[in-house]
Order: sequence, then structure tokens, then C-alpha cells
Amino acid sequence: MRINFDDLINPELHPEYEPERIFSDDTSFIDVVSPDEVTNSNLSIDPNRQPVVIVDNLHVKYRVYSSGKAVGAAGARRLLQSNMRGVRTVHALKGISFVAYENESIGVIGSNGSGKSTLLKAITGLTPPASGSVYARSRPSLLGVGAALIPGLSGDKNITLGGLALGYSRQEVEEMREEIIKFAELEEFIDLPMRTYSSGMSARLKFAIAASKQHDILIIDEALAVGDAKFKKRSEAKIREIRENAGTIFNVSHSMNSIKETCNRCIWIEKGVQKMDGDTDTVIKAYQAHLKKK
Amino acid sequence: MTVAEEAEKYGLHRVGARPSLVDYLKQTWSRREFIYELAKARVQSQNDRNRLGMLWEVLKPTFNALMYGFIFGILQGGAKGPDFPVYVVIGVFLFEFFTSSMTGGAKSITGNTALVQSLAFPRLALPVAQVTQGILTLMPMLLVMFIYAMILGTTPKWTWFVIIPLVLLFSVFNMGIALICARITVHVRDFTNILPLIGRVLFFTSGVLFSVDRILNQWPWMVTAFDYHPLYQTLQIARAMIMDNAVYEPRAWWVVGIWAFATLVFGLVYFWKAEERYGRAD
Repeated sequence: MRINFDDLINPELHPEYEPERIFSDDTSFIDVVSPDEVTNSNLSIDPNRQPVVIVDNLHVKYRVYSSGKAVGAAGARRLLQSNMRGVRTVHALKGISFVAYENESIGVIGSNGSGKSTLLKAITGLTPPASGSVYARSRPSLLGVGAALIPGLSGDKNITLGGLALGYSRQEVEEMREEIIKFAELEEFIDLPMRTYSSGMSARLKFAIAASKQHDILIIDEALAVGDAKFKKRSEAKIREIRENAGTIFNVSHSMNSIKETCNRCIWIEKGVQKMDGDTDTVIKAYQAHLKKK
Repeated sequence: MTVAEEAEKYGLHRVGARPSLVDYLKQTWSRREFIYELAKARVQSQNDRNRLGMLWEVLKPTFNALMYGFIFGILQGGAKGPDFPVYVVIGVFLFEFFTSSMTGGAKSITGNTALVQSLAFPRLALPVAQVTQGILTLMPMLLVMFIYAMILGTTPKWTWFVIIPLVLLFSVFNMGIALICARITVHVRDFTNILPLIGRVLFFTSGVLFSVDRILNQWPWMVTAFDYHPLYQTLQIARAMIMDNAVYEPRAWWVVGIWAFATLVFGLVYFWKAEERYGRAD
């Protein structure tokens, strides 16, 4: 008898879990939908509200070797081999369309490999669309500044560097410095190099710097809160504050509770297809019902 | 009405679209504080875990000059020019700036993928920061270079200050090289593997260690070709300005200047054209 492992998983205990499928033998979602099969949801813009992001019939495709290696990485083979055998196209997003308005916070949910992160990358402009396009009022930014910081420098110098990286002027950084140090609870350690910090301390510093920015369009990818329970609470409060000030927020998380708490609208993506778009509670209910059914 | 028109009506723009070259340069200029801070921070952190710290920035080229000067001094025997040690010191120290701009520039996008993917700023800032870092490193090196020149018996003179405009032109040239290498690496990562080889080939073919007139005088066409060699001509001007009895042709300024600005303009346009490409997962 063949054991179906999916039956062994209690969906109530693991509502967000689904085995990674992109490179498994299950190819059912690879190119099964041709672009014209997908119904193009007709975008309609509510004239009474200010749209901030418009995603118009967005398709994203990746080309991968059947071995799972990205085509781009195997440059030599691409040079030497004209007919690309074994290359598969993964149609990661199949026609996503929606309009995000000012002051909305939108949760994006779906099983693993459903295209959530691809959608967010496409919104920030880091993944090229195969067709369709994304329009935005300003360039959407990810909440995070860690990449700009240098471990060998003191926390204090990293605040300068991070602030400038976020687009502040030197003077604005000076004005925020005290507040960042206080929020990160690093008053005594701010002159030490960042590499001497504990992971919690550097996470706090990164969060405090990143959170100092007022974002017009903000994207939060599964990193809602960092640090110990106390700091987590404060960072959640800070995110709420950013959300109130930010124009629009996109939030990807596997935690349905965090989505419920922070989002007033929800988009559910399954295998690259937009399944549902609407009120958070309704969409999450439908999503969980779908997980149970499987 | 198409979606694009509708979006335009509400003041929305296509995400990731490349700005015009003028806007692009303006945006980069507005990020100059970030560029400088990034370059400064990297210089500071580069050697912070070494016991000798920043001293290494001077020690490395010193050892290089000693080693190459010794080996090539013996190999060339009587063919080496007068004041050979100073000749080598100037060559090695200035060439170091070129190599660091080229290899650093090549890695400026691919080596900062996380930064490119998380924050929005004109990507031009990264190779510019790399060359700025090279300039900041070069300053103490130049000082040490003059000290060596004096120790080796060169008399200080006012023409030493001509090194300032020369280094500026050299930076312009290196900037162009860094931009070109940065984009090539994004398309073909393998480029970084042959880059050290290219650097070494240029090192041995740019007259860092030998005087072209003396070594290649059997092949006059080669000597003529070196008259248009941007790196060799840069070094020749520097030597003429610093050393007691070195001469150069004033035409060299034109060679160096035209090379510098042509490389920069080409590099800028070439780099800007692929702006939408940087940071993308391929």
C-alpha cells in the first residue's frame, strides 16, 4: 500500500505547511496554464480612493534546468549548447491583478512555493515580469537595512551608514540618532563594533534603524518582530505605528494570527494563481478550509 | 483607457523603470553622502582585525615594490634606467589604485546583492563608492610614496603637486573601468575568475617595472604603441613630475585625458543601460 504522507499531517496543527514542490517530481503546475487560459481579471479602480500600487495581469516565469539549477548560473552550458535541453519554464505567477489603495495593509497568503515571495519581489521591481506590469507611486521598499551595515564598525557609525543608505541626509540622521539608540536599548554598547553584539542586539539595531524610516509603500516578509518577548512587543507596536504612517503595507507571513492582527485585506495565491482577494477573515477562512480539504 | 494611462492619471509609475541618464546622475549625486560614508566605513573596517590595521594598506605595496624591484632589477641588469627603485615605487603604488578599482568595481554589484535587493538607490552608487574607497586608500599611499622617494635620494620639488590633477584624471579613468567591469560581472560571473589574470597581464605590460624605450627599442612600433597606452602614460607623467631626471612628452596629458573621459562616458552609459537588471535573480 502506498502511504500518502499528506494524510499523516494534521492540517489543524500545521495549517501553513506544505512540502516544497518547485523542484519535486510534481510538474503539474509547470506550464500547465498558458497565459491566454488565465482569465484576466479586469482591473477597476475605485475613483473615490487614491490607488498606490497597481498590479496589472502580472506573469512571472523562471527558467530552470530540470536538475533545479538556474539557467543563469550555468553560463558555460548556455554558451556551449544552443538547444537547451532539459530546460523547464516555471510559470511562477499567472496573471495577478489588483489595486492597492492608500492606507491599506494587505496580507499575502498561500502555501509554500505558491508565488508569494515572487509577487513581492516583482512589486519591488527586483524580478522582471514576463508580461504585465506593476505601477507604484514610489518605489516599494522592504523593511530592512541589514545589508547596508558593516559588522566591523561601531553601532554608532552603523546608524550613520544605515540612515544614509535609507536616503536620509546627515542632519536627519543626527536628529534620529538618540531615538534609534534608545529604541534598540543599546545605550551602553553603541560604541562597540557590531560584530561583538549578540544576535538579538544586532537584530534590534537593524530593526530600529529600518523602522525609523517613513515608508510610502512597505513590504514586510515574514519578519514581523525580532528579539526577546519584551522587544517583540515593542517592535510589533512600532510596526503598527509605521503602518499607520505608511501609505500601504504588504505583509507576507505564514502566521495567520499575525496576518489577522495586522492586515485589513488579504490576497490568497495558490500555485501562482490569484485565488481570492478580499476581507482578511473571509480569505483566511477559505484558505484554511482549502488546507483541510487536501 | 489602458491600465498604463490610468496609472499615469493617478501619478503612478512603472516599478523599476530606468530613469533618464540625466535623472540617474542627479539621483546618484543626491546620494553622495551615502557614497562617501560607505567608502569611508569600508576603509575603516577593512583591516580592523589585523594587528597592524591600516598600516597594511601601505605595507602591501611596499613589499610588492621591494620584491618586483629586486627581481626585475637583477633581470634587467644594465638595461634598467637611472633611479630604478623610485621608478618601481611610483609604478607599483599608482598601479595598485588601478587594480583595486578594477577588481573592486567588478564585485561592486555582485558582491552586494543583499544591499541591491533590499534598498532602492541608483546602483551607480556602488561602483562609485568602490573607486572612492580606492582614492581614500591611495592618499596615505601617496604620502608614503613621496617619503620613499626622498629616502631614495630624490629632491622634493614643486612639480610633486602636479600629482593631484594627475590622480584626478586617473580616478576618472579608473571609474570608467570599474563601471564596465561591474556590468560585465553581472552578466558573466565567470569574469571575476579571469580578472586577476587580466590585472597581472596589464601590470607586466604597462611599464610598471621597466622603461619601454630601453627594453623595447628593437621594436619601434611597440614603443609607438606605448605612446597611447593610458596606464603607461599616466605612470610616465608621474615619474617625470616626481623623479629628478625623468622626461615625458607633454602630449601624454592629452592621451591620459582623452582615455579617461572616453572610458568614463562609455562606462556610465554602459552601466546605466542595465540599471533594471541589477539585483535581479536570474
